[in-house]
Amino acid sequence: MEYSLKGKIIVGGTAKGKVLSTTQPINFLSSVDHRTGRITDNNHELCGKFLKDSILIFPYAVGSSVGAYSIFALKSNGASPSGIICTLKTDITTASGCAIANIPLLQLCKEQVIPEIENSSEGIIDGGYLQIKKV
Amino acid sequence: MDLTREEEDSLNGKNGSSISTAYKILLSIGKATNAEKLIPVEWVHLSGVNYNTIGDAGVEFLTKYSEEAQFVVPTTINPMGYDSHQQNNLSSNFHKQQSKIAKAYEKMGSIPSFSCIPYELFQLPESGHSVSFAESNAAVMANSVFGLRTNKESSLSALASAITGKAPYSDLRIDSTRDPKIRIKIDKELKTELDYGVLGYFSGKSVKESCVSFGSDISNIDMYKTKSLSAALGTSGACGMFSSRDTHDETITFGKEEEKSVIDELNTTDSGDVIALGSPQLGMYELELLSKMIAGKKFSKKCMIFCARSVYEKSCKSGMAKILENAGANIICDACTCLSPLLSREEYDGVITNSVKAAHYLNKSNGVSVSLKDLKSIVMEYAK
Repeated sequence: MEYSLKGKIIVGGTAKGKVLSTTQPINFLSSVDHRTGRITDNNHELCGKFLKDSILIFPYAVGSSVGAYSIFALKSNGASPSGIICTLKTDITTASGCAIANIPLLQLCKEQVIPEIENSSEGIIDGGYLQIKKV
Repeated sequence: MDLTREEEDSLNGKNGSSISTAYKILLSIGKATNAEKLIPVEWVHLSGVNYNTIGDAGVEFLTKYSEEAQFVVPTTINPMGYDSHQQNNLSSNFHKQQSKIAKAYEKMGSIPSFSCIPYELFQLPESGHSVSFAESNAAVMANSVFGLRTNKESSLSALASAITGKAPYSDLRIDSTRDPKIRIKIDKELKTELDYGVLGYFSGKSVKESCVSFGSDISNIDMYKTKSLSAALGTSGACGMFSSRDTHDETITFGKEEEKSVIDELNTTDSGDVIALGSPQLGMYELELLSKMIAGKKFSKKCMIFCARSVYEKSCKSGMAKILENAGANIICDACTCLSPLLSREEYDGVITNSVKAAHYLNKSNGVSVSLKDLKSIVMEYAK
């Protein structure tokens, strides 16, 4: 199965990686180990998963304003997602963190229906599109 | 987002790389929030000051960035990791890196406030004016209580505003967004500052909108409750403002069950080995409240009180600091319960606090268990 979803480019660039998808928001400061990229919050459905080299698909970031530095630190430590998709709204923390870390960031267009995405899929961000391929 | 010719030139590097980086950040958040243009801001409050939160990558970034960058509007900064006037057990590396951060901000021209409550310490611009506040409690307080206009900024977006004096005209800087479209119906009695913190934490999780209404139920609450509500709302969500204005749109109920779900998540132990008060940092109102409760008593456990240095100095003059110190409390300035390395799991098994925001970060970032109790109960249980 292949899908192609249209998005608004917030931070440009191309990226490829294993899809990591969640419907729960993320607090990048308190829920992610910025040295390893591991999601550490026991209350989060992605707990135990690693952001490294992924295409992270999530609604928006919550909580700490310092989360922008956390995204930058993830990138500096080689533990960041390759690209990020915000499905509901692009918050300022994610946008500014990605801008400084040069991580491609798309805001999914409103009319897009997000299919059930399996976490084993591969995602590619290219221009204003996210392509998802089942591997 | 449309940029003026000058802004476009700055983005393209005509005025140096630090200004270009700032415009790159403003462009990304302008696109993210569907802004049409940039507008001037009159005050900036920055987060990203504590080495415990920004780490080596942050230190490196700020050290390099401060070589060239200069703030063009009054800019206050958040707490750091410790009180530089007191001894602590933190490593020499922590001290070295923390002092590099403080120097970088100083070099760029910040006011060395080391406080998360600038709204209690400074004469901020008047209601209706635009500012750029990172630090979630300060952003929520600025919008909801002081009528200032700020989005829920990040450390980096507020930094970009401090460098350029500008921010996107979008979201909570626009009237229509400040009109709440969703209401939390409070279906239980709220008495203490902890109750309001729990309400805030639940609400942040429940709404994705930038502004939420609590109806007129919250229009007369005191400063402690308001700060507790604001801090918790900013911690769990993306919401940057609350309002008492009613709305006929969607309603979500907050009752006993919803309260229990928050307590179950954050109250992770029955007791602890240290009491920590202040996230947000305590102001004069809360110090007065506490000193009245504690006068003549002594804490049976170690007690750390976090406040701004100027608040501490005032409380020394008024005699309140003496009352609190006589009760055995250690008053710590320039730092905050939330994410201070002084409250590490190496040192403590459990922390007793009335702050929902602190409970979130102590549990999830510091890895320390938390016993959540309101101030009155803490004094009743742990002071004689």
